[in-house]
Amino acid sequence: MSNHPYIPNTDKDINQMLSVIGVESFEKLISDLPKHLLFPKLNIGNGLTEPELYNHLNIISKENFNLDEYSLFLGAGSYKHYIPATVNSILQRGDFATAYTPYQPEAAQGTLQSGFEFQSLVSRLMGMEVTNAGMYDGPTAFAEACLMACRITKKNKIGLVNFFNPTIIEVLKSYIAYKEIEIIEIKEPKEKIPEDLACLCIQYPNFFGSIPNLDEFVNISKSSDCLSIVHTNPISLGFLKSPGEYGVDIVTAEGQPLGVPISYGGPYIGLFSCNQTHIRQMPGRIIGQTTDIDGKIAYTLTLQTREQHIRRERATSNICTSTQLIGLMVTIYLATLGPDGIKDVGNLCYQKSHYLANSLRNIKGVIIENKNEFFNEFVFSTPLRPSFLNEKLLQKKIIGGLDISNIINNGILICCTEMNTKQQIDSLVSSIQEILNDNE
Amino acid sequence: MNNRDRILLMDRSIPTRKAFNFPSSDVPKQKLPNKNILRKKISLPEISQLEIIRYFTNLSRLNFSIDSNFYPLGSCTMKYNPKINEEIASFSGFQNIHPLQDSKSTQGAIKLIKLLQEFLGEITGLKGVSLAPLAGAQGEYSGLLIARKFHSSNNNNKKNIAIIPDSAHGTNPASAAMAGFDVMTVKSDNSGNVDIEDLKKIINEKIAVFMITIPSTLGLFEPNILKITSMVHKYGGLVYADGANLNALLGLIKLNDLGVDICHSNLHKTFSTPHGGGGPGSGPVMVTEDLSDFLPSPIAKVNKASYELFTPNNSIGKINGFHGSFGILVRAYSYIKSLGSEGLKQVSKNAIINANYIQSQLKNEYSLYSDRYCMHETVLSASKQKNKAIKGLDIAKRLLDYGIHAPTMYFPQIVDEALMIEPTESESKETIDNFIETMKNINDEISNSPEIVKSSPHNLPVKRLDEAKAARNPILKR
Amino acid sequence: MYSSEMKYSKEHEWISVNKNIITIGITDFAQESLGDVVFIDLPKIGTSISQFKKFGEIESVKAVSELFAPISGKVIEINSEIENSPEIINQSPHEKGWMIKVESSNLDEVNKLLTKEEYMKII
Repeated sequence: MSNHPYIPNTDKDINQMLSVIGVESFEKLISDLPKHLLFPKLNIGNGLTEPELYNHLNIISKENFNLDEYSLFLGAGSYKHYIPATVNSILQRGDFATAYTPYQPEAAQGTLQSGFEFQSLVSRLMGMEVTNAGMYDGPTAFAEACLMACRITKKNKIGLVNFFNPTIIEVLKSYIAYKEIEIIEIKEPKEKIPEDLACLCIQYPNFFGSIPNLDEFVNISKSSDCLSIVHTNPISLGFLKSPGEYGVDIVTAEGQPLGVPISYGGPYIGLFSCNQTHIRQMPGRIIGQTTDIDGKIAYTLTLQTREQHIRRERATSNICTSTQLIGLMVTIYLATLGPDGIKDVGNLCYQKSHYLANSLRNIKGVIIENKNEFFNEFVFSTPLRPSFLNEKLLQKKIIGGLDISNIINNGILICCTEMNTKQQIDSLVSSIQEILNDNE
Repeated sequence: MNNRDRILLMDRSIPTRKAFNFPSSDVPKQKLPNKNILRKKISLPEISQLEIIRYFTNLSRLNFSIDSNFYPLGSCTMKYNPKINEEIASFSGFQNIHPLQDSKSTQGAIKLIKLLQEFLGEITGLKGVSLAPLAGAQGEYSGLLIARKFHSSNNNNKKNIAIIPDSAHGTNPASAAMAGFDVMTVKSDNSGNVDIEDLKKIINEKIAVFMITIPSTLGLFEPNILKITSMVHKYGGLVYADGANLNALLGLIKLNDLGVDICHSNLHKTFSTPHGGGGPGSGPVMVTEDLSDFLPSPIAKVNKASYELFTPNNSIGKINGFHGSFGILVRAYSYIKSLGSEGLKQVSKNAIINANYIQSQLKNEYSLYSDRYCMHETVLSASKQKNKAIKGLDIAKRLLDYGIHAPTMYFPQIVDEALMIEPTESESKETIDNFIETMKNINDEISNSPEIVKSSPHNLPVKRLDEAKAARNPILKR
Repeated sequence: MYSSEMKYSKEHEWISVNKNIITIGITDFAQESLGDVVFIDLPKIGTSISQFKKFGEIESVKAVSELFAPISGKVIEINSEIENSPEIINQSPHEKGWMIKVESSNLDEVNKLLTKEEYMKII
């Protein structure tokens, strides 16, 4: 029989190996398996050669709209930003991509040192003392932060200040299911805060893109004797003051905007930062600097006694990944942009989204719903149903914003990044104008 | 290694150097918000583009990886990660789609999710599939929430016990605790099977779920599996299979036929997606059709010739932001499609033969926890070497000197000085012969020149690390 | 190293008694099996601890163990030096590496502990 390219043993090899093992057939090796259930029919079809595979998947991929032909104004947790060529060039290296978790530090200094760089650069961006090596994604990082606050304070109420992305709240609910933890929604931070909260949480910028007053938020958390948790969009932090500068206790974020493709929602990475005092309650992997026996600087996984492989059911979390390769993308992205680049990208997002908002304001019937300052996203409404408006825009090769009419009447959450050109924005505005005129 | 490689980014930073520039804004200048909320200073490295590329390229060379080394890390299934999958995953049609786009514009993506759901359902016999979980541990947590919700929907709220063998990976009890179960441990007997007598003592009507790794973490197939699963069912419990070791079972047996109700699979193990130095992973959860209404959101389905995502009526909800690790799903689908039914069977067959070949040749030099044919991995014990004051750790480090990655050590915890070896089907007989010879050499070194082994590794970028120092005075950033 | 003046618990703690003030630490055997101690979590002064119940945790690089109180009482002093330099527990488990001092509420409990000879038999 001829070999599959991924399986090198020839029939001759197999026969030799079986004879060394001392069995006449492969079946002898699996005699513990119930015989009557062996070799079930597998309805997977024949294997494909590489060219066939390429064609097959190329066809499937083209059943998706090609975004190169569309302009995209959709955000709401996943943002299309420019990814510098340095990121993918390094990512292609099998030495990073095909390594395992660095349990043997002597043979994994590349992964470990670049992970240490990730912790360093993300800490700087957040303005926080410590960052772990990475979580699954933004919403799960936030949910774990709430659980961490409950562990630290030994309290079980989580206060969510409006307005959070509803998906984040849904994920949090799955994470606290069957635990005696309660979520309390707080409309205004100024309203009376319930007693014995474990943490007060806010999204910054919030779901509607508005920038909440973190000074006030942190003061209220402090006076309520609970921890403060901020869930942020990291691309905003070259532009907006960092959560750390306000004295926040735990910061989480969806790391995707920092150099990771939108890729239909994953793989992304959760960012998780806190202050040194709380590191022993932190979930996830942490890389630390040490020396080898000759005194040479080296890096290793550390504080592992928090984790599931040692503490089992008493671990800080069941997570056993750091989404390391996506963390590498974030690291290279931040290193490539540098301080000026991260400021520029934030400013470009701000400029373009405000240009869009100010252009939309001039259209009769369009209302900008945000009352506060916003960053790269905002909510507008028109007399038309969002689904109808988006449908019409799609015909004009524009992917409009997110339909949030379930929250705000005819509301659309719309986003601009540095990728949206003035021409795209102008064309979106004139298209909306046109559609409104046609349907008056 | 050049010492300059170890200089950190911030220490290379020179003001005004650049690796990248954004174009200036093409829209009229907008009014900025109040200065008080704007960032004044951010300190990030300022480095040239070449230096970034050279720094990370040189760092990557300090790693062992599948692309460069034999990596027989037990329970991690370090098989070849096919290059075509990387190329396919980077197709613009896959990478360049927003998760919240209208399903009309993402038919290809949803179709791929649907097809992969069907494949995994076919391989395990568990036809309810959600690809949402972002890693094995999340698949496990989802599976346990499903068990919870199933029992509570039957008004069996008293069922709150998860029984887990002592050989289980630590994630099992950690996930069970997260799902609010009380964890009870069942012992393994001398041959590495679940101690049926102990199980009989522990099990009662309060059992919600029995978690078992198939094959076990000892690399052995549980011969009493049908007896165990029917015992669990008799008490109204569900059987959860940790699919970490699924690479041993492809096309050989279906988990559902063994009485399994719920399982997860690590796509980054069995289905060849790159481990990435510790993620991203993907851990789909599979359940019987009876339980499929509880699956986490979203699930792909066909509705009048068009594909759509939906949330089942009794879903445990969303467990992450979007639809799972889509880029990883593309790679896993491509892998399964490349092998087909016959190829998948060959994968497990060759993985099992390779492991047994190693076991048969090393069982004199090292000891076996249980002298049975193993499945896709073998657990050796360095207990004999311990008498010569050599630990499993020393052997592992010495292997690195020979360019071979260390096996998994000290796991399962019930085996003294465990060395867990999983060669996978990707490796050729020549590679495996070289490994066997190296292990024998090391055993000779232990007799003749133990100091070489004890002070290894000698040929790596760094020697053994002071891990106590790292934990006592954590330095976690620059 | 093992003094006959001290009493020992099956969980590998030692105590030394001075009137009703009891000093508690872990034995040389315990520190040896743990390896390099990297962190210790001790109760606050004023906490009450009860015999054979958990009162703290001790961590090495790759293991974590619970500390069980060999005797009941109120914590009146903790060794803050080992909190900052846990390696002292490895270097001097029976002297400088003491953990806490408690005021005993029931000295009869001492009789439930092992003598040096009895302890040597179980290690």
